[in-house]
Amino acid sequence: MLKKFIDNSRAKSPWIMHFDCGSCNGCDIEVLACLTPMYDVERFGVINVGNPKHADVLLVTGTVNPRNAKVLRNIYDQMPDPKGVIAIGACGLSGGVFRECYNVLGGIDKVIPVDVYVPGCPAKPEAIIDGVVAALAKFEGLKG
Amino acid sequence: METLILIILGIVVAPVLGGLISGVDRRITARLQSRFGPPILQPFYDVAKLFGKVKVINNFWQVFCAWVYLIAAALSVGLLFAQSDLLLIFFVQAIGAVFLVMGGLASPSPFSQVGAQRELIQVLTYEPLIILVFASIFMVTGSFRIDEILNYDQPLLVKLPLMFIVLGYALTIKLRKSPFDFSTSHHAHQEIVKGVLTDYSGPYLGIIEIAHWYETIFILGICALFWHTSLVGVVVLLATTYFAEILIDNTMARMTWRWMLKYVWSVGLAMSFVNLIWLHAG
Ligand code: SF4
Repeated sequence: MLKKFIDNSRAKSPWIMHFDCGSCNGCDIEVLACLTPMYDVERFGVINVGNPKHADVLLVTGTVNPRNAKVLRNIYDQMPDPKGVIAIGACGLSGGVFRECYNVLGGIDKVIPVDVYVPGCPAKPEAIIDGVVAALAKFEGLKG
Repeated sequence: METLILIILGIVVAPVLGGLISGVDRRITARLQSRFGPPILQPFYDVAKLFGKVKVINNFWQVFCAWVYLIAAALSVGLLFAQSDLLLIFFVQAIGAVFLVMGGLASPSPFSQVGAQRELIQVLTYEPLIILVFASIFMVTGSFRIDEILNYDQPLLVKLPLMFIVLGYALTIKLRKSPFDFSTSHHAHQEIVKGVLTDYSGPYLGIIEIAHWYETIFILGICALFWHTSLVGVVVLLATTYFAEILIDNTMARMTWRWMLKYVWSVGLAMSFVNLIWLHAG
């Protein structure tokens, strides 16, 4: 029973951490918009934490390049399991308009495993919230 | 025997109450910011989730300090429920506070180090005030024992109104609310990440959260002593005090530790002084 409660709680309190791999700031603004009273994701127990050790879900925006790939990897490794990763925006998915640049590696999934992709340039706050909910489905999958 | 039952009762009931209070706190805070806010049981979900996470630790001392913090907090509430000696309770809770700081210092992370130093300054600020409050209670009732204090026939608030405000300062610091939330705070998006709690994660963060619930109940329990003569009085007093805490939390910006030390000590000591002189003269 206790285990069931813990599993349920996991879906009810996703603490998010937001990492920006050099985005144009468009997607970042949309991520932060989710936390404003307008969308108020705290209703669902979401807290924006600044510390990978406390986070359950990592939101990544922007393009990965050889420099910040190390940082991204490091942050990902510091998050205790179970954890989820959401790539946000065209840049996070594939590199977007910067895809062909000499210093761009491509999508976030070239560096760390991604669970949910949220498309858009920038991604809409509604879509980001949907993405977080979809990532929670992964935690639900852990139940059995 | 009866004492033992009371201790166990305190240890079991306190975290549940503390969790509920912190849930209501988050809800009211959200309403004040015209948001809807999380469900009242949210703190329990958070802690349950933390206990379900993988254990990541830096070293043994960190874990040890988290446990000592929890045990000291639980014990101080248990002793409070068992109507023990105020001084004994004070020293037990001080041990917990010190071990939280040691846990922060045990990890090499600069965030955690800075947070621990700041926490230490917070401890330094509120502990003398709590001692003054206890001493003034002794001056009125002639005893440090809670069961004898409860026999006093008048609410302490009548004799010690200023001391209650002083205790309010200690409450604000202990709950880590603005303007005194500089070692760590609930919404930790600040320049030192999560301060003293930076390197705790998973189950150990959960332990600290539960210990924090105990501490909430501990200070509210001391507040309750100020109107022990009627149950309605206790409820009204605690509700007003806590609501004032939330209001202050939402209307104040965080200050520096220098400001806190100067302000809290000068105002706190002045108020204690006035109150004690008045008590002596009256
Ligand atoms: S997807 Fe568009 S809005 Fe988002 S970071 Fe890239 S360019 Fe900016």
